[in-house]
Amino acid sequence: MSKKLKAVIIGPGNIGTDLLMKMQRSEWIEPVWMVGIDPESEGLKRAEEMGIKTCATGVDGILSHVIEDDIRVAFDATSAYVHAENSRKLNELGVIMVDLTPAAVGPFCVPPVNLADHAKNLEMNVNMVTCGGQATIPMVAAVSRVQPVEYGEIIATVSSRSVGPGTRQNIDEFTRTTAGAVEKVGGAKEGKAIIIINPAEPPLMMRDTIHCLTESEPDQAAITESVHAMVKEVQKYVPGYTLVNGPIFDGNKVSCFMQVEGLGDFLPKYAGNLDIMTAAGLRTAEMFAEEAANGTITLPARG
Amino acid sequence: MNLNGKTVTLHDMSLRDGMHAKRHQISLDQMVSIASAMDEAGMPLIEVTHGDGLGGRSLNYGFPAHSDEEYLSAVVPKMKNAKISALLLPGIGTVDHLKMAKDCGVSTIRVATHCTEADVSEQHIGMAAKMEMDTVGFLMMAHMVSPEKILEQAKLMVGYGANCIYATDSAGYMLPDEVTAKIGLLRAELPSNIEVGFHGHHNMGMAIANSLAAIEAGASRIDGSVAGLGAGAGNTPLEVFCAVLERMGVETGVDLYKIMDVAEDLIVPMMDQPIRVDRNALTLGYAGVYSSFLLFAERAEKKYGISARDILVELGRRGTVGGQEDMIEDLALTMAKEKGLI
Repeated sequence: MSKKLKAVIIGPGNIGTDLLMKMQRSEWIEPVWMVGIDPESEGLKRAEEMGIKTCATGVDGILSHVIEDDIRVAFDATSAYVHAENSRKLNELGVIMVDLTPAAVGPFCVPPVNLADHAKNLEMNVNMVTCGGQATIPMVAAVSRVQPVEYGEIIATVSSRSVGPGTRQNIDEFTRTTAGAVEKVGGAKEGKAIIIINPAEPPLMMRDTIHCLTESEPDQAAITESVHAMVKEVQKYVPGYTLVNGPIFDGNKVSCFMQVEGLGDFLPKYAGNLDIMTAAGLRTAEMFAEEAANGTITLPARG
Repeated sequence: MNLNGKTVTLHDMSLRDGMHAKRHQISLDQMVSIASAMDEAGMPLIEVTHGDGLGGRSLNYGFPAHSDEEYLSAVVPKMKNAKISALLLPGIGTVDHLKMAKDCGVSTIRVATHCTEADVSEQHIGMAAKMEMDTVGFLMMAHMVSPEKILEQAKLMVGYGANCIYATDSAGYMLPDEVTAKIGLLRAELPSNIEVGFHGHHNMGMAIANSLAAIEAGASRIDGSVAGLGAGAGNTPLEVFCAVLERMGVETGVDLYKIMDVAEDLIVPMMDQPIRVDRNALTLGYAGVYSSFLLFAERAEKKYGISARDILVELGRRGTVGGQEDMIEDLALTMAKEKGLI
């Protein structure tokens, strides 16, 4: 029997398609279904050409196939507005939900920081925060695991072409969700997030700045080592994650300057912000599959 | 140029754009005394917030001496006639800040986006309009795109509920003909009930000339700051502009001698450095770089030994936009490494 967990992707847009391409290379996750709501959508046609089953009637259209196809994981790349219902329906059937929307129904998941805990606890819904969160929270955590951080601030700069209409219509959700996760996952007592959209052509690579204020004088050697180790952890699933400058110390301020180059699967390489979301989402599901194969967790029973 | 008989609403920036030049450290007493003196001089509209708008408090832009709420709560109740405005940059501040400002008695909200990214302002403009505030769409770095693009973005903001649209020369790059083209197209194509405004910086020494061109092309609101206290080489110096407008027969409602006194007696004495077209401020205008980058580039020069002018030119070449202050230290570090300085 294959150790791979079978998966459904909800939302055949840029994120869903990029995720599908990455998943086709995965040793742990097998894409089976792509779900949309428009039979004419390009994304569903692409998925069909890539050899997976498609459904154009939303999540309701696949519920009857979940058991017969042994679907164990779902990735929601739709919107915060419909996520809660999608998750409820699939969780009921024992499907683990990886949430790529800003809905944040389940706990935040930033793989190198807290994925192991979520997998061990068999969390049935985990939320992937935001692209800016995935790119920066590992660095906040790299500082806070050395010594207490009283304030963490991240600035994510992304190319205009890589920011879709959903994010644009609700940009406050990005700043709020990211700031919340800088606190909850990054370990800063107070979090702040800023997003800047830059329209330069050719499009600029995603870049991120992370500033932390430590409560006491920063242990420069320990923080530097921790930051470099964390960069390596992220590079396991996003090879183009680079520390360009830093950590730089100025009083109690610790600053890191990152660049995130994507793999260039469906999304262009400059869209590291989208790539880091799909890569982190897939990494999350893979960890659940590994833990299930090791017998550390037991997936919901099926007759 | 004949502007005789026109009426213009002046909007003071010294307590918001001026916050950049003061590293966001203006005291509550200074805010109240300057705003009160401007009110007394007949200034109709005064902006008060962190330099980067509501929610700008950050390591990236600077921690202010006081919160936006403290500044607004101190200033608004003291105004007899002047109205207070607040700036909001989506991506930095949120609708929560906007509601706070409304609760503090702010009457004008200006929602600022880069000139090609107006669609991030729908939530904020929509909310301000719904709360029946005077709602302004503020298109920054307007020198970077064509008049047609500015118009397209302006129409989006009008669609969300803005009743006034600004073409904003954040880099102080524009020359008068460009102002004429951009403001002229907005005035010609936007509905007549939508006001058009211009916000200038004096980095190329053109702020007064540009503001006059804007009025001639149909702008009815002009930003400036008393004594020019603003980012870069400052904004259009309002006491100078008032004198020019008075000679040209344009009605502003501002008392010239009183506003001259605010400039000389209150604002100039609190400047940390002269606000003038020095070589770095001139570079901002020449290279088309966001004006508030000035002091950050100068600090990076001191720290890493790379000339502020070289940093600013490179920032311009890379197409940086408003808010990318974090890029300055990053770039200075990279340049210092390349030169073997660190």
